[in-house]
Amino acid sequence: MQTVAPPLRHRRVLVVSGLAALLVVTALVSLAVGARPIGVGAVWQALWTPSGTEEDVIVRGLRVPRTVLGVAVGLALGVAGALMQGHTRNPLADPGLLGVSAGAALAVVIGIYAFGVTTLLGYVWFAFAGAFAASVAVFVLGSLGPGGASPVSLALAGVAVTALLGALTSAIVLVDVSTLDAYRFWAVGALAGRGPDVALQVAPFVLGGLVIGLAGAPGLNLLALGDDVARGLGQNVTLVRWSGLVAITLLTGAAVAACGPIAFLGLVVPHIARALTGPDHRWLLPAAGLTGAVLLLGADIVGRVVARPGELQVGIVLALIGAPFFIALVRRRRLVAL
Amino acid sequence: MTHVTGTGGVRLQARGLQLAYGDNVVVDDLDLDVFDGTVTAVIGPNGCGKSTLLRALGRLLPARSGHVLLDGRRIDRTPTREVAKVLGVLPQAPVAPEGLTVADLVARGRHPHQTWYRQWSTDDESAVGEALAWTGMTEFATRTLDQLSGGQRQRAWISMALAQGTDVVLLDEPTTYLDLAHQVDVLDLVERLNREMGRTVVMVLHDLNLAARYAGRLVAMRAGRIVASGTPDEVLTEDLLCEVFGLDARVVPDPVTGTPLVVPIGRRSRVDPARRP
Repeated sequence: MQTVAPPLRHRRVLVVSGLAALLVVTALVSLAVGARPIGVGAVWQALWTPSGTEEDVIVRGLRVPRTVLGVAVGLALGVAGALMQGHTRNPLADPGLLGVSAGAALAVVIGIYAFGVTTLLGYVWFAFAGAFAASVAVFVLGSLGPGGASPVSLALAGVAVTALLGALTSAIVLVDVSTLDAYRFWAVGALAGRGPDVALQVAPFVLGGLVIGLAGAPGLNLLALGDDVARGLGQNVTLVRWSGLVAITLLTGAAVAACGPIAFLGLVVPHIARALTGPDHRWLLPAAGLTGAVLLLGADIVGRVVARPGELQVGIVLALIGAPFFIALVRRRRLVAL
Repeated sequence: MTHVTGTGGVRLQARGLQLAYGDNVVVDDLDLDVFDGTVTAVIGPNGCGKSTLLRALGRLLPARSGHVLLDGRRIDRTPTREVAKVLGVLPQAPVAPEGLTVADLVARGRHPHQTWYRQWSTDDESAVGEALAWTGMTEFATRTLDQLSGGQRQRAWISMALAQGTDVVLLDEPTTYLDLAHQVDVLDLVERLNREMGRTVVMVLHDLNLAARYAGRLVAMRAGRIVASGTPDEVLTEDLLCEVFGLDARVVPDPVTGTPLVVPIGRRSRVDPARRP
């Protein structure tokens, strides 16, 4: 786009590369900071020339998996949030809204209660199944009316399904104390205590979701102009909606399975990204992913520092930072109309 | 400009068209021919099915029965992206996300010409540049749509339809929410689209006098059927206004253009001598 506003294009390139650089820095800090601070030099040494010292073991065995997982989950939730807000044209949409998180949570609880699943690797598959079933249910419910799936009908169906699934989850957890104990640990939303196998297991799903989501960006740009304009421009609207649903399910399902439901990230991140790049999803989605990863890692680092020698779970930190931030965002400028 | 042979200069045809929302039949057994290089205005009272017809012509609404032909091919059996290279549709009062710039909006009109691996070409580049220049929107290219006036915004949307590069353009009430000066402004643009760019235009219009001025051909609808079609002189008669709109009116020559000018007297149903002062 040479004659078409080169400054804007340059700005977007700058924003995305700036966020990528920020993510690298945050990841390095995440490797260095913890209950036992390790210098950047020692981190570097542990990464490239490990000699089996205690520091090497901490960096390679604990902090690398934790950081990799944080990046993957942050990318997933940031992009999923932006996709959701784009598809529902609702600035308050987040993975909690379309029932995806609630579906994953219920499936995990069923897995613990009925099938005796106790490992995180076991949760992953239940979380996927639940996330997918819930999103399909929401999509089908939202499409039932004469007009098909509209942003409003999708949001309404999402709220209804979320309430139902949440009630079922509470019912099971209240009935069975051992399920409650296992669920509690998972549901708080944490990056800690997940081994490298968890990151490896969810990585392909996050990757798949990112690819499908980004591939749908041009179509989503057209949907933003209304279904009729999108169809008029030759876009298969149903195809974009379904591909969006698959991407959202993969990303949210993977994130929830690995870390439990993490609130606020999917809601806040797209607003930050949109302020930086504007409404073009080809730029907005990558920016949202990177912002999500930076924020999640940042919150995790804060959680390691504030409650020394203990830790505050990243889900709690994000809620503590996210809620006031979101209120400020809403107060400072009226919510962006999509 | 491609002239299609074998269809007698007809670009868009409706045959036995029945359109419905749920059980509610809005348009029934409708035939229509849209000739190449013409401007056709569809007129009629609220709820007569004008916009529904336009949506069906633009394959946004599937027909209950009958079909729409674009250059002799059934529109519902032609890949939608191929249709989008020949036929553009602009819905009434379209929406855009906040923060979208005019340049970005117009660029999205190039979608039918793009593929997933080739998002932007020099053709796209020049089409967008020309569309902006042609509608006088170049200086607003970096503005966002919410910063524009209603008239400018409509010009931006028309730029998008222009950048799409289609021979046939369907416009659903392009003058909605505009004051009279801007209505004329937009319709002047539509006229140039037809005269200078050779585009075939079908538009739904509410203002009969403007329709008579800017369209070579009028189609008058009532209750889902076409009551009359032809030149403005043939269609806009006092009898027809009475039949279609239930409107008591005089029709005189427009002092500027000589096209029919409708001067309303009052609704027939209200002509109740007992209630007159």
